[in-house]
Amino acid sequence: MKTAKVLTAPRMERCIGCHSCSLACARLVHKRLSWDTAGIRIISSGGLSTGFEAKSCLACNPAPCALACPTGAFSQRQGGGVIFKRKLCIQCGDCAEACPVDAIYLDASSEPFVCIHCGQCVPYCPHDCLELAEVVLEPSPDKEAEEEAS
Amino acid sequence: MIRDHFRILTVDLAAGKGKVVILDGRDTEAGGSGLAALLFDKYGHLNKPWDDPEQPLIFTIGPLTGYFPLMSKTVCGFKSPYHDQYGESHAGGRSALSLRFADLDGLVITGKADSPSYVSIGSHHLEVKDVHYMWGIDLQRSGKMLRKMIGGAGHRSIFRIGPAGENLSAYASITVDTYRHFGRLGGGAVMGSKNLKAIAIQGDGVFQLPEGKDYAELFEEVHKQLTTTDMMDKYHNLGTPVNLAVLNELKALPIKNLQQTTDPKIKTISGETFADHTLLRNTACAGCPVGCIHIGFVREKFMEPNRYNYRQVSYDHEPIFATGSMLGMTDAFKVLGIMDIVENMGLDVMSAGVALAWATEALEKGIISEEETLVPLKFNDAEGYKEAIEHLAFGSNDFYRLLAQGTMKAAAHYGGEDFACVLGQEMAGYATGEVFFTSQALGFRHSHLDSGGYSYDQKHTTERKVKEAVDFLVKDEEGRVLLTSMVACLFAREVYKEELLADCLNSLGYTTLANNMQQVAQHIQKLRWRLRLASGFDPAAVKIPKRFNEVTNWKGPIDQAFFQELREEYAKHIIELGKE
Repeated sequence: MKTAKVLTAPRMERCIGCHSCSLACARLVHKRLSWDTAGIRIISSGGLSTGFEAKSCLACNPAPCALACPTGAFSQRQGGGVIFKRKLCIQCGDCAEACPVDAIYLDASSEPFVCIHCGQCVPYCPHDCLELAEVVLEPSPDKEAEEEAS
Repeated sequence: MIRDHFRILTVDLAAGKGKVVILDGRDTEAGGSGLAALLFDKYGHLNKPWDDPEQPLIFTIGPLTGYFPLMSKTVCGFKSPYHDQYGESHAGGRSALSLRFADLDGLVITGKADSPSYVSIGSHHLEVKDVHYMWGIDLQRSGKMLRKMIGGAGHRSIFRIGPAGENLSAYASITVDTYRHFGRLGGGAVMGSKNLKAIAIQGDGVFQLPEGKDYAELFEEVHKQLTTTDMMDKYHNLGTPVNLAVLNELKALPIKNLQQTTDPKIKTISGETFADHTLLRNTACAGCPVGCIHIGFVREKFMEPNRYNYRQVSYDHEPIFATGSMLGMTDAFKVLGIMDIVENMGLDVMSAGVALAWATEALEKGIISEEETLVPLKFNDAEGYKEAIEHLAFGSNDFYRLLAQGTMKAAAHYGGEDFACVLGQEMAGYATGEVFFTSQALGFRHSHLDSGGYSYDQKHTTERKVKEAVDFLVKDEEGRVLLTSMVACLFAREVYKEELLADCLNSLGYTTLANNMQQVAQHIQKLRWRLRLASGFDPAAVKIPKRFNEVTNWKGPIDQAFFQELREEYAKHIIELGKE
């Protein structure tokens, strides 16, 4: 049984708005200091009195951003979400437009930043809001047929 | 961004335009407190009054802001309406990271807008916008309006003032992101005098990190230290209100205008009571996983049957002392109700509470009457205090207008100076003894955080050595001024020792600064004092109201000879520090 890891934010009502997760993503994954160039971004939901929301990839399958990408820079990731190949990206921004939850950030040159479900942000959350969940991959019909034949 | 100079944005409100200024001084003034003093030296006017339109309102961050955890504070420098001298106030929230990501080391606002306005800045924009319709609107409503008008929720910081700032109260605060404040010394009135309702800073810049493993590994180490020490527990658990019960036990908690220092009823407003009954949740400054901000709630029945509204209010030791024990309150929810009005009016909570404590005693003693107070102020009467706070903010009559300029100014006019609890400004919540009283009365910011005087008092119960105590105050201030130039939250002071600060600076390439931290700290300490003295402060002339000499705590009565000698000696040191 094959599995994949997927970042989830199941306990955001506990969030204190410290931004440690998004700063960790920017620092460790993208080697930048920023609130924006991160796969997870924290916003206040209408002022601090109403708490916080995490903008991050929901691991769609099929992923609308991958379907929208005209060059194959975004491709479907097994278990949900996308694999991003920077070299193939023409910075058109179609991925960000296609994302229904605004999880893709485009920098000034329209380079996209999206969660890669690596989980490096998870240990930085002091309130355990985030989780790197394990999802079971459904075997693809072609593979099954190959396995049966062998 | 890592750079060997400062990048400053100056905004002239009258012209509605700004300028990016590149300034040298990274290796000498570092940032934060040092940079604010440098900028006041450059743009400030020692001989013009605080509300002269040319006076600058300065906000600065430091070389480590955003690069390491708890480097999350902003320093505000200005000529204070409280004493018309140079002063500083500090705040967190998202202010520091917003400035960092707006690619600025400092923001300097000068001039006066033609009509009430806000300033909105970011890494790619500057706008001065007319919001005359927002003048007179309280902080909660104006906050909602501003959030809709300015984009970037979550990645921005909004500073705003309430009626107190607009009406130029000398202790009007600047609220930062709803729950934090540049509280002390009247920065809110400086904004008011400039017709400036709000400042919005969009943190939309992106910066490369140092190459190699050094920075990344050091970050991990610092993060680990900060999140595994007992500091997390101390500040996140009960938070600073843990002090209420501790100080009450020591007979060192100011109660009822410092007529008492202990009372068994304090358990009704202790940190434990607030946590058990009023705490909704914690929140944090951006870049700090500690999350020391405690949010309680106020629930009000506004109509029968069962029509309620509720609001969230942040609490800490100082607000509970000022609107709780100092006003003789014995109900945590009622204390939050008073704090809520103070918040909405945009007053400094410590000064407002202590001012009303004095007014209550003055009324009791017949020095003033209800003709002045307009409401029958009584200890433990929340409703009266709530009304009085609005009178303070709006300056309803001559009495409140004068009281809003400072308790001692009102006492000098009406009488009752002996029991005005003023140590440079209205006292903070510690009656620990001679060293703390000296520290706040003479300290640069007149803040309990200028140096750890309250801690020294608690560690030196029987010792009365003037030289040691003064040396401690001077040396501790030097250490703190280094931290507030980086700019660290002072709650992290046990972790960010000199050696670690040097490592952090080195990892970002600030090697000269890392190698000269002590000299830099001493230079900034002297620079701040030079500006303070040149703007009129005479530490040798500071008078201590009689009430402080009447305090008896766990150590016994105040040792008046020791107290006086301390002040004289500390004043001499300050004068020496402030010499050209």
